[in-house]
Amino acid sequence: MGTFHQDKGDLHGITVVVDTVGHEVYIGRCDEMTEERILLHDVDVHRDGEDGRSKDDYVERAARFGIWKKLEQFAIPTEAIASVRRLGDL
Amino acid sequence: MPYSSLMVNPMKEELTSIGFQELLTPEDVDAFMSEREGTALLVFNSVCGCAAGQARPGVHLALQNESRPDRLVTVFAGQDTEATKQARSYFEDIPPSSPSIALFKNSELVYFVPRHRIESRSAEEVAADLKSAFDRYFAAAPAS
Repeated sequence: MGTFHQDKGDLHGITVVVDTVGHEVYIGRCDEMTEERILLHDVDVHRDGEDGRSKDDYVERAARFGIWKKLEQFAIPTEAIASVRRLGDL
Repeated sequence: MPYSSLMVNPMKEELTSIGFQELLTPEDVDAFMSEREGTALLVFNSVCGCAAGQARPGVHLALQNESRPDRLVTVFAGQDTEATKQARSYFEDIPPSSPSIALFKNSELVYFVPRHRIESRSAEEVAADLKSAFDRYFAAAPAS
């Protein structure tokens, strides 16, 4: 039993890693993914090299323990997205 | 604001009906954590259907394993907020998420399943993960 929102796509409610073509990687709970953008809730963001960690290093740690929310929500435009992966698959 | 009891009670009962004790207050949590001996499973229950809908049946399936925790306890995130906050304070280096599942041996956190490792899995996959952890951390040492 639970709350479901089947109309928002397969990734709705799933924690995803959104790598960008720039320096940032975003990790958050996907609300919806459209042709224009992906909207995330409870978002963590890491900039490549910040605190001495690459984007890959940061994602690897997040896959083990989870993320610290830095933003309530954030939308990433499609043209800025390099890849979208499920954190649970990493 | 906490959820309506009408909504969360059936989700709580999925666990209490199979032997889980609810930790409703910070004092309940402290009493649980003060018990230093034995093994325990703490479920951070939640309303999220995308993940909790797999977590609860996954836990139920896992508990059919031969090796299993001695004590079963649960807090409900978003409902029993103070108890949840207190439970999370015992492992502050791990980001909060719900649903999530923590395994303890002699009051030490030995295994943690965050939300993102539940939400994209089936109940059977969640159970397999937990059974593997039960066998690793809770199986009795062979007699010498």
